[in-house]
Amino acid sequence: MNLLAIWAMYRSEMARFFRTLGQSFLSPVISTSLYFVVFGAAIGSRIDEVEGVSYGAFIVPGLIMLSVMTQAISNASFGIYFPKFMGTIYELLSAPVNFLEIVVGFVGAAATKALFIGVVILGTSALFVDLQIAHPLVMVLFLLLTCVSFALFGFIIGIWAKNFEQLQLVPLLVVTPLVFLGGSFYSINMLPPIWQTITMFNPVVYLVSGFRWSFFGIADVPILTSLLAILLFQALCLAGVWWIFRSGWRIRS
Amino acid sequence: MNEILRIEGLTKTYEGGFTALGGVDLDLKEGEILALLGPNGAGKTTLISCVCGIVTSTAGTITVGGYDAQKEYRKARMLIGLVPQEIHLEPFSKVIDTVRYTRGLFGKRRDDAYIEKILRQLSLWEKRDSKVMQLSGGMKRRVLIAKALAHEPRVLFLDEPTAGVDVELRKEMWAVVETLKASGVSIVLTTHYIEEAEAMADRVGVINKGKIALIEEKSKLMARLGRKTLRIELDASVSDIPASLSDYNLRIVEGGEALLYEYEAGTSNTGITRLLAGLRDAGITMKDLSTRQSSLEEIFVQLVADQEETAA
Repeated sequence: MNLLAIWAMYRSEMARFFRTLGQSFLSPVISTSLYFVVFGAAIGSRIDEVEGVSYGAFIVPGLIMLSVMTQAISNASFGIYFPKFMGTIYELLSAPVNFLEIVVGFVGAAATKALFIGVVILGTSALFVDLQIAHPLVMVLFLLLTCVSFALFGFIIGIWAKNFEQLQLVPLLVVTPLVFLGGSFYSINMLPPIWQTITMFNPVVYLVSGFRWSFFGIADVPILTSLLAILLFQALCLAGVWWIFRSGWRIRS
Repeated sequence: MNEILRIEGLTKTYEGGFTALGGVDLDLKEGEILALLGPNGAGKTTLISCVCGIVTSTAGTITVGGYDAQKEYRKARMLIGLVPQEIHLEPFSKVIDTVRYTRGLFGKRRDDAYIEKILRQLSLWEKRDSKVMQLSGGMKRRVLIAKALAHEPRVLFLDEPTAGVDVELRKEMWAVVETLKASGVSIVLTTHYIEEAEAMADRVGVINKGKIALIEEKSKLMARLGRKTLRIELDASVSDIPASLSDYNLRIVEGGEALLYEYEAGTSNTGITRLLAGLRDAGITMKDLSTRQSSLEEIFVQLVADQEETAA
């Protein structure tokens, strides 16, 4: 294991993040505040409680998930796409590192950034609503697993993308709709029965539900199912990355 | 001298079926500069990419400092530095950070004294805290060299370091390469500027259509293949060549005021003595004599043309 190389990649990726720290920090704070103004104050005042939790607090886990997923994907996909686009990938390919080390360096950094943003949103939320975390360890576990798996997923997108359009395609057309329709802002029980069934095909439902359970002890699906779902997603992403590693797909001709 | 790099039977066929390298054998001796000359698309960059691990070779073996470039890729790659043809740099990084990054990527511990040394050697020290995008083209190329040297490699690949670079900067690059050689690094340099090979190389290889057409000491190559031209300035102009001198393929230039005679420089019998005697017998008087050796460029054009003729 070339640990120094992993550290170099991780640091260099984090440096990009720190160069735009203001932006990295401010944008989740502002967008979270806006969500609270719109959903918490404007709409929330018309919805009393969802399963015994105030609406403002109810949406917090979903909001965190929403940002963590999109941030993990965009950071990881951009992180590996950028060297491809700039041509600096030659350096990674000619260095004494293997693909696994590259994945650890890049995905690790993207996951860290997503985690940072998740924590910032959690902190911001605490300013607006009274938060309690019923199962802190499960909460941390879910958060970490989500950061890592979606960073892995983003990494695959970044390797796959041949241009900036493709880089945006999956996050925009697949991830955002799934996240918005994944029960971030509502409980599945609020939907008509047919939509409840359709919703169960949306993987994000399991993540949001599990994450919410760690806060309030309420869930749309059993917590174990949620845990299995995120582990399955992680396994799929790992398999994808492993396949890329074996075949050199879109990296090494 | 020991070989630092040995390439045997290196073949690369791309997915589309295009064979970029068709069995290349090549070695690099410790401390020497080898110039690889070849037209565009000859396989120069593919060759370098195979050695450095950017492209997977189809067949053949590459050993760097005794390590197999595939089986022991970590050890092999530690010994190699690559300066790519295009300027590929992260624009927002500081010069010193990007150089340190490469050192880390190659698994070497941070060494500020060493980084300072190479940045000073490449006249980049003053610019160490500048962002890459603020630098001129020449500076950026030097940053690429600094990065390639950051992990103390023993072999340096310079892929067309002066392509599209103005004359002044080219001379500056040559000076940099001289310094590098003096510091004991072995260098493979690809170029299609013959004068570059002529100015710097110890040995010259010619690659064309994925094959090494020739590889030889530069001086020997010049001597062996170099054609010389004898220029004879005449007292009185001539309009045609006397029949007695028809064997020499003389050319009349400058309206008959001079004659040109081409001969192989390496041969023992150049025919000069006989030609001069023949001129005297024909009553032609000479004003001056000079000779000129053909450049590598002419040799190169000739070689490529010969190869294409053989192939046709």
